[in-house]
Amino acid sequence: MNDTAPQRRIRVLLAKPGLDGHDQGAKVVARAMMDAGFEVIYTGLRQTPEQVSRIALDEDVDVIALSSMAGSHLPFCRKLKPLLEANGLDDKLWMIGGNLPAQDHDALRSLGFRGIFPTGSKLDAIAAYIRENVA
Amino acid sequence: MNDRAQSTLKRVINESGLEVQPLYTAADVAASGGDAMIGQPGEYPFTRGIHREMYRKQPWTMRQYAGFGNPQDTNQRFKYLIANGQTGLNVAFDLPTQIGLDSDDPQAEGEIGRVGMSVDTLRDFEIAFDGIDLDKITVSMTINGAAAIAIAMYLAMAEKRGYDVKQLRGTAQNDILKEFIGRGTWIFPVAPSIKLVGDTIEYCAQHAPKYSPVSVCGYHIRESGATPAEEMAYAFCIARAYADEVIARGLHVDEFAGRLSYNFNIFGNLFEQVCKFRAGRSLWAKIMKEEYKAEKPGSMWLRMIAAGGGGGLTFEQPELNIVRGAYYALISALSGTQTMALCSYDEAYTIPTEYSARISLRTMQILIAEMGLTETVDPLGGSYYVETMTNQMRDKMEQIIADTDAQGGIVKLVSEGAIQAKVSAQAYKMQRDIESGQFPKVGVNCYRNDQEDEHPVEFHPYNEDDARVQIESLNRVRAERDSERVARALAGVGEAARAGANVMPAIVEAVKAYASVGEITKELVNVYGRYQEPIRF
Repeated sequence: MNDTAPQRRIRVLLAKPGLDGHDQGAKVVARAMMDAGFEVIYTGLRQTPEQVSRIALDEDVDVIALSSMAGSHLPFCRKLKPLLEANGLDDKLWMIGGNLPAQDHDALRSLGFRGIFPTGSKLDAIAAYIRENVA
Repeated sequence: MNDRAQSTLKRVINESGLEVQPLYTAADVAASGGDAMIGQPGEYPFTRGIHREMYRKQPWTMRQYAGFGNPQDTNQRFKYLIANGQTGLNVAFDLPTQIGLDSDDPQAEGEIGRVGMSVDTLRDFEIAFDGIDLDKITVSMTINGAAAIAIAMYLAMAEKRGYDVKQLRGTAQNDILKEFIGRGTWIFPVAPSIKLVGDTIEYCAQHAPKYSPVSVCGYHIRESGATPAEEMAYAFCIARAYADEVIARGLHVDEFAGRLSYNFNIFGNLFEQVCKFRAGRSLWAKIMKEEYKAEKPGSMWLRMIAAGGGGGLTFEQPELNIVRGAYYALISALSGTQTMALCSYDEAYTIPTEYSARISLRTMQILIAEMGLTETVDPLGGSYYVETMTNQMRDKMEQIIADTDAQGGIVKLVSEGAIQAKVSAQAYKMQRDIESGQFPKVGVNCYRNDQEDEHPVEFHPYNEDDARVQIESLNRVRAERDSERVARALAGVGEAARAGANVMPAIVEAVKAYASVGEITKELVNVYGRYQEPIRF
């Protein structure tokens, strides 16, 4: 791919963290990101922090995005942050979407999740954000 | 017809793909198949209702979905809802319980008691239902992957409290095929998962004949992106897969079909939904009678909960969800459902507070007390529009079922991820249509507030301490139980699974010995393995 393409396509890891089984939104976002021209690696359900961190490293992604609907985003992100850092992935764009109460946004940002897209966010806004923020 | 052809009106196609006319007459009813499938309430094919007198005799059961934290917290919420006039319970379990993990499993960390109540052993069931009369209040349990264990715990708890299990009513969701399509609380691969559902149906037919071991869910398939017609058609395909599994064991359809039940969604166009239910009722009766040769009317009944509406609620202007909920309840009442539950207005944000749960309950009570919805059976019956659309929806569902069968059947299509890919593509198209304004959604793409206020939603608090309390409780049970009996019982579960026998008797023995959800699940995973999700776009 890199040999033929003049510019590498943006690679997005879209992960379903924890035990939450609500994947309708994640799959909709995955399709939107593919339509936006990104390479999407969708993990499927029940990813542990270790798995997310490992896949992000192995797949050489530019964006690490989580989709969380069942409320365990803060404990999960607290565990994921040091693992991503240990893998040298702190320069990647970390994002999270889903059922994320406004009162948790500061905590998510301080954990390194710069892109926060709660329920109600527009698909094109997510794609635009990625384009603007991937170096 | 000619008038319509010349009309300049914009064409309207409902979500199921059927064109909606500006006017219907007797000619439309005749053209759609006439009144052959209408009949009378309580009579085949049950389009107008499975009972003759319906709500005039007894209003629908009100069964709000509830459960959080540890069993003590949930017991209090149950008692609150019952004190406010709720007539049934619908238990929410936390995710670790639903996928067969004990509270002290590392994977359970951060998830204990978050979206439902936490259950490890029979002790938790004893606490959760303490003081609740199980003859008066029927209990429905929303659990699938670990449903066999939950059913065993419920029966064991009731028996211990002196109830006659042969007379015990109640429902387990226990519809694993839809979990592979949406909702995602699977544990085992597809084939042993269906086998386990068969075990529960067979066991209940023999030991707890009034208990409903399965509630087949179109609901979550709809939430995942299916149209209303697909929702019902796929649910029927799934129910047939379970029926085939049990019939292959030698049971007659009339031995179990009367205890199969259904769970359907209620958001969307009012008439399309009502016709979906009327059409589905007669189609299921026809399938049971003609395809499965059922003889008992009860085997042909589409017994259901018409509920939720989550997919129709919005994050924007959440108070409008109270209004939507009232219309959804109206749809549910007009559909002739046996049981009703409503998503609360704050469910796009949080699990319901006492306040929002009570509003949902009162919404249903207003329909009964003030709006006359219980006075007359099938009040929309005979409407040219409703009868025409009911016939057309039935044809549409039959066509979807035939297409599914022609492609190899629902089990194959789910195993391959084909249904998942199809409904997910539809969900994506719908999201695009909402964002472009093509599919109107008040507060989202039209009638937005100039300045969106801070959303007036109170969050249900998550108690971080619940996890510690639950793990301590599990450790206490482990210390007090007869560990030799537990080890023997767990070995029995593994042996039954390896032998390909019905595992329910062994699971019942294990839960009575206070073996935990996680311990029993591990025995089954050792034999069955774990499901690997097909990722397909």
